[in-house]
Amino acid sequence: MSREIGEVILDLKNVSLAFGGVKALTDISFDVREHEIRAIIGPNGAGKSSMLNVINGVYRPQQGEIILRGKHFSKMNPYKAARAGISRTFQNIALFKGMNVIDNMMTGRNLKIRSNLIQQALWWGPARREELEHRAKVEEVIDFLEIQHIRKTPVGRLPYGLQKRVDLGRALAMEPSILLLDEPMAGMNVEEKQDMCRFVLDINDQFGTTIVLIEHDMAVVMDISDRVVVLDYGRKIGDGLPDEVRANPEVISAYLGASH
Amino acid sequence: MGFFIETLIGGLMAGMLYSLVALGFVLIYKASGVFNFAQGAMLLFAALAMARFSAWIPEWLGIDSLWLANVIAFFIAGALMYLVAWLIERLVLRPLVNQEGATLLMATLGIAYVLEGLGTSIFGTAIYKIDVGMPKEPVLILEGIFEGGLLINKEDFVAALIAAVLVALLTLFFQKTVTGRALRAVADDHQAAQSIGIPLNHIWVIVWFVAGIVALVAGVIWGSKLGVQFSLATVALRGLPVVILGGLTSIPGAIIGGLIIGVGEKLSEVYLGPMIGGGIEIWFAYQLALVFLLFRPQGLFGEKIIDRV
Amino acid sequence: MLYRENGQFKTSYAADQQIFPIAQDRWAILGILVFAFIGIPLLGDEYLMRAILIPFLILSLAALGVNILVGFCGQITLGAGAFMAVGAYAAYNFHIRIEGLPLLVSILLGGITSALVGIVFGIPSLRVRGLYLAVATLAAQFFTDWVFLRIPWFTNNASSGSVSVSNLQIMGWEIITPFDKYMFCLVWLTVFALLAKNMTRSAIGRQWMAIRDMDVAAEVIGIRPLFAKLSAFAVSSFFVGTAGALWGFIHLSSWEPAAFSVDRSFQLLFMVIIGGLGSIMGSFFGAAFIVTLPIALNQFLPAIGGLFGVTISTAGVSHAELIIFGSLIIFFLIKEPHGIARLWSTGKEKLRLWPFPH
Repeated sequence: MSREIGEVILDLKNVSLAFGGVKALTDISFDVREHEIRAIIGPNGAGKSSMLNVINGVYRPQQGEIILRGKHFSKMNPYKAARAGISRTFQNIALFKGMNVIDNMMTGRNLKIRSNLIQQALWWGPARREELEHRAKVEEVIDFLEIQHIRKTPVGRLPYGLQKRVDLGRALAMEPSILLLDEPMAGMNVEEKQDMCRFVLDINDQFGTTIVLIEHDMAVVMDISDRVVVLDYGRKIGDGLPDEVRANPEVISAYLGASH
Repeated sequence: MGFFIETLIGGLMAGMLYSLVALGFVLIYKASGVFNFAQGAMLLFAALAMARFSAWIPEWLGIDSLWLANVIAFFIAGALMYLVAWLIERLVLRPLVNQEGATLLMATLGIAYVLEGLGTSIFGTAIYKIDVGMPKEPVLILEGIFEGGLLINKEDFVAALIAAVLVALLTLFFQKTVTGRALRAVADDHQAAQSIGIPLNHIWVIVWFVAGIVALVAGVIWGSKLGVQFSLATVALRGLPVVILGGLTSIPGAIIGGLIIGVGEKLSEVYLGPMIGGGIEIWFAYQLALVFLLFRPQGLFGEKIIDRV
Repeated sequence: MLYRENGQFKTSYAADQQIFPIAQDRWAILGILVFAFIGIPLLGDEYLMRAILIPFLILSLAALGVNILVGFCGQITLGAGAFMAVGAYAAYNFHIRIEGLPLLVSILLGGITSALVGIVFGIPSLRVRGLYLAVATLAAQFFTDWVFLRIPWFTNNASSGSVSVSNLQIMGWEIITPFDKYMFCLVWLTVFALLAKNMTRSAIGRQWMAIRDMDVAAEVIGIRPLFAKLSAFAVSSFFVGTAGALWGFIHLSSWEPAAFSVDRSFQLLFMVIIGGLGSIMGSFFGAAFIVTLPIALNQFLPAIGGLFGVTISTAGVSHAELIIFGSLIIFFLIKEPHGIARLWSTGKEKLRLWPFPH
């Protein structure tokens, strides 16, 4: 493997989040190292998605801080997170339904657009040049994900598995350094899961992208992730290498015990 | 001080009518998710029917009693509103189910045009009176407390009473009857309600009919005060700030919002008007609602929206 | 010639990103432009231009603006008439208060003023959504109605409350006859439609559509809602504002605030919804439909009445017009909720596959 796991780039310290009186996350700390695949697992309602939402600023935690490459954020917002190179996919696909695949993925290039509104209105100079450059970049991602045949299809018409792939493509088009994947394989059949696994590993391997992943399929998680965090009822109950987590009695009783 | 309180009471009276208009909006929005721009047109249509039938019935039937003629006219107008509700459900709502909010909004504007056109071609375009025997003479009250007392219209009191009774009846209807419970279920979740066997289409007819009756009562009060004419249709536009102030889904919101807007309008007209010019009350109501919205985007009593991803 | 794209191979992304990637479309649009610029001026009479074509062109421009906001950015507005008014009155004030300011500059400044006002009234969109926002935009409508009616400065203290402009010219070309006016509006609309199309197919357009379709996801991939929404308000108000200036200067030449009332706002919203939300072409379809329908009804109703030996009074005609207009709108919304543009594109899709059904 060409990748080598590096320093901690994302560190969460004592994060707590509540909606009204309902506690979603309680005092959670964990870190993510550069180039690794970090999985977050836990039963339904354990707070996994909330955790991702805190990392990229969709939810604001009441307590705790996020340290990203040495910079402290008590509150993240989605735009700042995007600028810092964090991108993500969504559990319930959040594609732009009214646009086709290319346009969806082109939105991922938005932060790299330099031309202004007037140049774009005139389709002139830098605007036109950028449009071509980014299109070429997006086409690379399209090739990577093997979705050439649907590039002009409105995303609403695509089947679920392909929508998931386009969602991943849009996140990849941002050329992120950290990629958050919220249940990328949920609801897929075995073949689609295999494809998706391959893409995740390839992204990590070829681009060196750090990946934080939520997944229910234990076999997949144990196979592809470097380290695993286990949540239950908004608390962290386990953290470590897949084998360590598998052996952790608390984890077994809370989660694995139930399903095995 | 006396003058201030008089203005305040005048505002509350006007506000009560706005509340009734807003109530129609809220009822329909809750049950069918439609932002009903035709509420004003329904009010005009109902008021026109009431005004004309109460004039025609003594001629046709030779009834002398004003009271009896009014009651018959009221029932005829009510029946007409049922017909309107039924037609709207059949011809507009049912084919447009599950469309986007903007499309439905435009459809209700279409309904408004049709109702305005029909109303004026059937009932005419002049200014008509509705005389339901409301006491007209003003009275002085609280002379002991304020210098010169407070000048109040008896009519306004009767109107406020009627409005209060109507709201109380509606509340009873919603809380205590089987139909009311079905209505609340539909308001909460269309599909869930349908899946346990509540007939959605029938419920819609009832809600639009109830909104029609509310419009009719508002139309009668308004008409007996100021006469019935085409401009009554624009009253919907006056009711809109009330709805967003109170929250689109809240009945208490509609009532309290209406009172706030009514008072705000009157006070602004009397105290700000001389400074910046007349005719400000209509946009003032909107600005007032906007300021509220900036602090509570879902209105005073609306449900808080949490984004989920 | 069949409507086919076989054999038209694209060898570069530039070729694939053209406005009309299919050759037949390019020919068709060229044909329409030639007809509009040469055919109509040769054939059309003055009534046609004054009563139908000029209003159509100007309202198409306004509908384009409304469509940018409602159709592309998903922010419902019921206050478009207000921005037409701001554009018209601002242009008027620039025109009469600054001696020798070229007409084009006045109209553009009107548009810019309207864009600034649009940004101010767009601020609530950052907090409130959907129908709440729609009602909030009505605030703009009633506020401007009042301002231009009650504050004499804006109407240059005109005692009648109506303002008028005269002696319009651009570099010696005096715009007097309906033909001149038609040409002026046509050129203006062509340029602005091209600008609108360019915006909607580049980064800014994608930002708007992303906000419309899924605002949380848009923010996550680095689109600032503040910029996207306010820029949509600004661009939209700019288009609508210049349309207002043209409506006042070119079409009416003397006008009152009532020309830009809330009814105008509703009319513009009808245009974009019936024409097709999020479609440049749809704005034209919608404007054509809404402009011609009342005129057609006005012409045909008495004739139909005459057929059955009934004379319909003028008032009767106007009531019947309301009823028929309202019913037709409902009928249209039921039959094609996505507007005429959708009919058009399904039609083209069918043509491409013809004679095979699938």
